[in-house]
Amino acid sequence: MFKFKLPDLGEGIHEGEILKWYVQEGEAIAEDAPLVDVETDKAAVTIPSPKAGKVVRLGGPVGDTIEVGAIIAVIDDGTEEATQAEASAPVPDQAPPSPEPEDPVPATPTAPAVAPAAAEAGLVRVGPVPAAPAVRRRARELGIDLHQVPGSGPAGRVSNEDLERFAAGGASPAATPAGPAISPAGIPFFQLDPLPDFASQGPVEREPVRSIRRKVARKMVTSMVVVPHVALMDDVDVTDLEEFRQQRKAASAADEAGARLSLLPFVVKAVTECLVEFPMFNASLDPQREEIITKHFYNIGFAADTPRGLLVPVVHDADSKSIAEISAEITRLALGARAGTLAPAEMQGGTFTITNVGPIAGTRLIPTINYPEVAIIGMGRAEQKVVVRDGEIAIRTILPLTLTFDHRIADGADAARFIRRLGELLSSPLTWLLER
Amino acid sequence: MVMGSLSQQTDVVVIGGGPGGYVAALRAADLGKEVIVVEQRSRRGGVCLLEGCIPSKTLIHSVEIAEGARHGKNFGVLCGEVSIDIEALRANKEKVVTVLSRGIDQLLKARGVEVIEARARFEGPRKLQLSGADVAGIEFRHAIVATGSSIARLPMMEGLEVWTSREALEVKEIPGSLLVIGGGYIGLELGFVYAGLGSRVSVVEMLPSLLTGADKDLVRPVAKSAKSAFEEILLEAKVGGIEKGDDGGFKVEIETNGKTLERNFDQVLVAVGRKPNTSDLGLERTGVKIDERGLIIVDDQCRTAEPSIYAIGDVTAGPMLAHKASRQGKVAAEALAGHNAAFDNRAIPAVVFTRPEVAWAGLTETQARAEGRPVKVGRFPLAALGRARTLGGPDGAFKVISDPDSGLLLGVGMVGPHASELVAEGALAIEMGATLEDLAATIHPHPTLSEGLCEAAEVAMGAAIHITSR
Repeated sequence: MFKFKLPDLGEGIHEGEILKWYVQEGEAIAEDAPLVDVETDKAAVTIPSPKAGKVVRLGGPVGDTIEVGAIIAVIDDGTEEATQAEASAPVPDQAPPSPEPEDPVPATPTAPAVAPAAAEAGLVRVGPVPAAPAVRRRARELGIDLHQVPGSGPAGRVSNEDLERFAAGGASPAATPAGPAISPAGIPFFQLDPLPDFASQGPVEREPVRSIRRKVARKMVTSMVVVPHVALMDDVDVTDLEEFRQQRKAASAADEAGARLSLLPFVVKAVTECLVEFPMFNASLDPQREEIITKHFYNIGFAADTPRGLLVPVVHDADSKSIAEISAEITRLALGARAGTLAPAEMQGGTFTITNVGPIAGTRLIPTINYPEVAIIGMGRAEQKVVVRDGEIAIRTILPLTLTFDHRIADGADAARFIRRLGELLSSPLTWLLER
Repeated sequence: MVMGSLSQQTDVVVIGGGPGGYVAALRAADLGKEVIVVEQRSRRGGVCLLEGCIPSKTLIHSVEIAEGARHGKNFGVLCGEVSIDIEALRANKEKVVTVLSRGIDQLLKARGVEVIEARARFEGPRKLQLSGADVAGIEFRHAIVATGSSIARLPMMEGLEVWTSREALEVKEIPGSLLVIGGGYIGLELGFVYAGLGSRVSVVEMLPSLLTGADKDLVRPVAKSAKSAFEEILLEAKVGGIEKGDDGGFKVEIETNGKTLERNFDQVLVAVGRKPNTSDLGLERTGVKIDERGLIIVDDQCRTAEPSIYAIGDVTAGPMLAHKASRQGKVAAEALAGHNAAFDNRAIPAVVFTRPEVAWAGLTETQARAEGRPVKVGRFPLAALGRARTLGGPDGAFKVISDPDSGLLLGVGMVGPHASELVAEGALAIEMGATLEDLAATIHPHPTLSEGLCEAAEVAMGAAIHITSR
């Protein structure tokens, strides 16, 4: 019996999501034959089987997150119990081969302490979940993996009521691995009705929400449910900045970094200076302890549109970097995001986010806060507009900005002062330089 | 326009009008799809209806009547000499097949499904090429491959007019002596038919047991009955060669126990399995992937590696059974119509119409043992069942296979009269996630054979009423 643990998938990667099994329990597998596809923050990898033998147990259903070092498969290779390089993390004894009736009872203090990941892996139901065919079908329609649903019936059988309760958000501990689950149940009028039968209305296609799409979905729902969003908009006259930027671009056309010089690094730098001045926008709110955490480091994330979906690479310590350095870093991070070569650390630790859809289209947008940050800037399209200056009609380049902020931490007046200051910096680059 | 150059377009084309294909076509049509069935035979129903399950069960019923009459005296009924009218037997069988096949055509017609009698090959992932019809090709959005399987042949059969199940079911004659090569369910069912019709039947099986795959305790009553009904049963035996004999029969060499026996038979029936019909379909011009056994690889929605093409029934992995194909047909039709259906069944019942019948569903004890999976088994003998006694006390038993911790029902098995009907309750219970207690607490009508399953569940729970535990 060989317990195969999820191998190290690269620096800084602690977990992966199971995308696809190539074998089922009870099937034979050859050495080096593909076993499972796992997606990490970085890329999807196919993990081959290290041994030939019969797959006795899989580490979890598709869609589950599995940590590096956790058992991903048990392979009967004809040998006695053995594990590759017995890891330090204690692993609970092998779960019985039959699905355990899952009592959602938290571990008692007397129970031996186990790493949370290992404990969770032990709870995962493998093999078929007892449930009637109609319940199984309903689960598929809802996109719910029955392995996640606590069954109230004998032998852990999942009833339609169990499923509906789970779908409505009465989540089980297994469904939300990190932190206590905050159920939206109890909100008056909040009700998730079953979807209409779209297939009867016309041809449809269904695909599971996985990986990055799922992460974005979770984050956005959390943000929209938890954070009272307020958006404040302003138009910033960036004519002088644009003139300077175009000159720099032309002057350093040969120099690749200069040639790519966009508005974004200027906004990153100006935002950073505003964050130093208005620290409540570089904070997070701890809802459990009811505390505001103000951060004295300035890591600015920017939304990158990639073939795999939305990624947010982070320019770390933007306060100590020059605009040229920030520009070069943005170029490097954006390329890395598209190629899927970013390290997880390069997408973590953000304190504020900027999203710039302007180059594609859109006069302005109201972005959703990248929770647990407290504010985000959305850049519209910078373009020439007819404006009035000193009673005269003038043609100026205008950058529309939206600051969406967490009203729990900041108020409208704070936001107005923040965006006014940001406007000052971006509209008068020379004064900005002079101040420094 | 030249005849045969016409190309048609449709939403869904189903290749094969057997129990998988016609069911898929009907469901797809009900879901609003324009559907064409391409079938190379002149009648719908496939092997199952035309030369398999249905003709075989019709013959088995005739034999049951004969057997009933022969044993009538045990029940106080005297019938005199029983004889077989082979013409009438054949006519009855043919009538059943015709009525059912016409019924399928009526169903297809009522749903507006077009049937084209032709041979189909893929030209690409969205186009079929037809031969033998006015229509030269079909452009489709989705295709369902339901081409079924063919009888596996032995090289030594070539050039000899030996039977396969197809010829055996035609009942052209009742041979004086018949050798059945293959002790699987087809060989045994037909062996019992011909034994009942009056042939002296011998069976040769390569493996050490009849009905390999079924639990041994379920096979035992069948083996016992076969032993008395058949002339000879040779296990772990192989046919070395077949030759045409002088008297119009066959001279057969059988190797067993290191010896070579020579026997003469009037007829030889080869029943050594079936193989999927996937080789001549032009699948290589699509992205469809085939495994080393020639089976089309599909996901749980019956979709192949080529997104526009689905495959169901005998061309996919799993038992080659009509009811599995039909269920897959519904899943494929629903999936291509955008519904989130999946072939996630936990029990595909296996039914063997031997005398007595054998049936099982879900996990077998043999499988559990092979997987090293602990199970709790409850057995209940027919001898302890009132209704069985009224039928003459036939040999047989019911069994349940359950999870020892939770009592979840994992499998059922039975051998005895009407096992093929009784297994459906077990299949439903397994699909529903029933426990032993659910089975035991359900009132089963008395006096019926169905009580046996309830009793077997109680045995597994250690709460048997009608037998004493050892």
